[in-house]
Amino acid sequence: MAENLCCLPKPQRNLSRNHNRMDFWELTVRFFSLADANVRQVIAGSILLGGAAGALGCFAYLQRRSLLGDALAHAALPGVGLAFLIVGQKEFVPLLLGATATAWLGALSINAIDRYTKIKLDAALGIVLTVFFGLGIVILTHIQKSGSGSQAGLGSFIFGQAAAMSRQDVVALAVVTVCMLSVVTIGYRHFKLVSFDTGFAFAVGLPVGRLQFILTTMIVLAVTVGLQAVGVVLMAAMLITPAAAARQWTDRLPRMLMLASIFGMLAGLFGSYISFLKPSLPTGPWIVIVVSGIFAVSILFSPRRGVLIRILRHYQHRGKITRDHLVKSLYRVGMERENWYAYYPVSEIAHMWSFTPTELRSGLSQLTAQGFLEREVDMYRLTQNGVSAGARVTRLHRLWEVYLTRYLELPGDHVHRDAEDMEHIITPEMEEQLSQMLDHPVFDPHLQPIPYPTEQKGV
Amino acid sequence: MTPDLWIILTGILAASACGLIGCFLVLRQNAMLGDAISHAVLPGLVIAFLVTSSRNVLPMVIGAGVMGIATAYLSELLSRTGRLYKDAALGIVFTLLFAIGVILVSIFTGQIDLDQECVLYGEIAYTPWDTFTLNGQSIGPRAVWILGGAFLINLIFIGLFYKQLKISSFDPRMAKAIGVSERVWHYALMTVVSLTVVAAFESVGAILVVAMLIIPGATAYLLTSRLIVMLALSVLVGIICAVGGFFAASYFDASIAGFMAVVGGIVFVLAAFGAKLARRFARA
Amino acid sequence: MIKNDRPVPIEVHDLTVAYRKKPVLWNIDFSLPEGHLIGLVGPNGAGKSTLIQAIMGLLPVLSGYVKVYGHPLEKNRQLIGYVPQRESVDWDFPVDALDVVTMGRYGHMNAFGKLSKQDREIALSALDKVGMADFAKRQISQLSGGQQQRVFIARALAQEASVYLMDEPFAGVDANTEKAIVALLKELKDRGKTCLVVHHDLHTVREYFDWVMLLNMRLVKFGPTAEIYNEENLRATYGGKLVLLAEAAEKLITKS
Repeated sequence: MAENLCCLPKPQRNLSRNHNRMDFWELTVRFFSLADANVRQVIAGSILLGGAAGALGCFAYLQRRSLLGDALAHAALPGVGLAFLIVGQKEFVPLLLGATATAWLGALSINAIDRYTKIKLDAALGIVLTVFFGLGIVILTHIQKSGSGSQAGLGSFIFGQAAAMSRQDVVALAVVTVCMLSVVTIGYRHFKLVSFDTGFAFAVGLPVGRLQFILTTMIVLAVTVGLQAVGVVLMAAMLITPAAAARQWTDRLPRMLMLASIFGMLAGLFGSYISFLKPSLPTGPWIVIVVSGIFAVSILFSPRRGVLIRILRHYQHRGKITRDHLVKSLYRVGMERENWYAYYPVSEIAHMWSFTPTELRSGLSQLTAQGFLEREVDMYRLTQNGVSAGARVTRLHRLWEVYLTRYLELPGDHVHRDAEDMEHIITPEMEEQLSQMLDHPVFDPHLQPIPYPTEQKGV
Repeated sequence: MTPDLWIILTGILAASACGLIGCFLVLRQNAMLGDAISHAVLPGLVIAFLVTSSRNVLPMVIGAGVMGIATAYLSELLSRTGRLYKDAALGIVFTLLFAIGVILVSIFTGQIDLDQECVLYGEIAYTPWDTFTLNGQSIGPRAVWILGGAFLINLIFIGLFYKQLKISSFDPRMAKAIGVSERVWHYALMTVVSLTVVAAFESVGAILVVAMLIIPGATAYLLTSRLIVMLALSVLVGIICAVGGFFAASYFDASIAGFMAVVGGIVFVLAAFGAKLARRFARA
Repeated sequence: MIKNDRPVPIEVHDLTVAYRKKPVLWNIDFSLPEGHLIGLVGPNGAGKSTLIQAIMGLLPVLSGYVKVYGHPLEKNRQLIGYVPQRESVDWDFPVDALDVVTMGRYGHMNAFGKLSKQDREIALSALDKVGMADFAKRQISQLSGGQQQRVFIARALAQEASVYLMDEPFAGVDANTEKAIVALLKELKDRGKTCLVVHHDLHTVREYFDWVMLLNMRLVKFGPTAEIYNEENLRATYGGKLVLLAEAAEKLITKS
């Protein structure tokens, strides 16, 4: 039956043995104390990989070629197989050269397809990815069937086994990382321009083709060296996710590069750590999960664009709106009755504007704490500051109405709703500008007086 | 019907079903979504397998279908709220889902029948013996039934909604303006793609499903300027890939699915050069 | 305001639209008079294209509404013919000119409808109207810029709408095409159709359009060309952004 054939998972090589004896803390200490040479190698390799891929991924991201890493990682496979066929056994340097060669060919093909046919970039990526990978599978299955014993572990290129990283791998990674750092630092301004606006870069005379070639070569190298650690598919993640996460925190490229590297390194470190705790688990996926976790945190909590932060700010603003309406209403009522400092019960205040009970309660207590209201049992009244605040909101509302009718020539009946929104937004600087621009108007379009601070002083 | 013929038929059906629906992925510049979905279905399959403890078709189809739509939906959500570029959002989603899938497989290694690599490139050579039985009689390989069904579904889907697919692929703005919701058709298409991926996956594996989703459509795109012809050509190219792949694999004694992709690549390159030459001739 | 018995082709009330947190349209308010050719004019970034797209329901609005012949857009979609900007399309798509024009008929069919002979005839005659009947079977990437624009207009004509919204139909076309389009617009007007056309060339406004709408984030002036198309109003339109308004509006959008 077919079921039997697709069933035996390959044994994973362990990062450490004798785990049954040790508990969580012992393992943790053992990992971070870097006592084990093997552990040191894995940590070094993962960190270097994460850092390099993270930074390179920024450029790929900005050029909207994030999935290039995915395609190139797949394209590296036939090279591995061919190298093995030629050399006869699994030796580091030939395999690396083979992988680099075909990945590089893949990059050339993608460019050629994109430039010389009507096929768009996404399909070009897909074609190269699948054709090269198919070729790789063909070679690998051929090798398997020919039964050479030393081919075990070629399959690790697909899923990765960081635990199998050798000293040579780490050295190669270090070399690649150093190269990449120097290249990026030297050519920084040029790479930035090429990534941002290729057309302009051409116009200014930059050797766009050569620069992109350099970037692509760096990506190819990062991919081929990192392939053994995390495997084909997950290599793509290392090039995409740290950069995307970094983007959430900053709008500036140097910071984005740094953050992406740091995120990549953290993912490498903690991914290996988790894999170390449970040796039956492969390293690659855990690195991806850690980096995705970092991304999730970034997208939720980053002060600039974090989703949760935006929600928080939204509620804070709603609170301000409620407080503004409270002081404004009390001010207006005070104006009508010619007594600003009367006490009002909560029930009456609730009717001055449409508040929900929660909004009313929290608004009143916040205003009291801030010194705009005074409280007596369940009655409230404005303080002197409260009166000023109420006057201010009213003034902003009416100033804005004047602005709209005078500058935008909007009809009077349209401006009220607008001013309702704006009275909470206008900052003191804007208020100053408005006042000056409009020449300190006395009345609003509905002929209501605009209260200025000097008028309140005596009260 | 010899086993060889069954295998070829399976390949043809897989390539045709994928090629047909893949045309729209190419036209909408969503080719990598096909790649993404075929990776992201892994956790769905694993969970379906764990829950039902069998390799029944239906739970797997559901598991995969859900994952496929989830991929499309999550990546769009991500690109909107996180203000990410679409390709990056896609990459983040499918690599995460795939990583989860690999971890699930390795945790439940004893209970799951899915070899990681088999998931990737399938074993079409064994499909003739995995047959459906009805009333105790074998009525043909399971794969042929499933893929035949997928092909039919794709054909009907495209036939029924040709206008909507055409306009929402060509000019989404106009489509929205006349009331054809671009989003609805995007998700409808993604659902059909997910189902096709699952159907073909067992025979040719995840990666080569992507090859068949993209290459026939892309090749046809180069060769014609009429949509109907493009669809027909994609099926033709799919057939060539399947047949060519089979014979090449037999000759070299290697993976059939792998050779299908390689043959696809060769056909694509020939078509690209052919189209260029044809244009040169036309101008001369 | 003069109230007619018949509802106006397009009524826009208090429309405010933001794009990526930048305010683009602010409190736009107008009713299109039926049977006129209306030019929509303003500086770059003034929101002209945004207005058209907002009316077509392609962009979300922050406030306000749009009515087509007295009803919401969804009810009366088929009464509007839309000519978008030319870049929004993949020109390598495997369709020919006739195919594109025929797409204009899709709004008249239900989900499973098939194209009838009448649909095809309408499409062909629309192509003929723009002078492209000979190019019916030509793949669209083989057409020149002006020819592509004409195909787009033919598509809108095939919709057989009552009011037409055109987004820069004269952009990047040759003189002949421009003449042909103008002639077409005049013919539409003679048939009682209403056209709102985004236009960038100030010199031809008087010649082409009998009404004009001056827009710069807010509606500066709207009325018959002869009355309002003068230097004073143009200066008000082109005289630079309303910085305070833009700043305030941006804050508002960020907070909400």
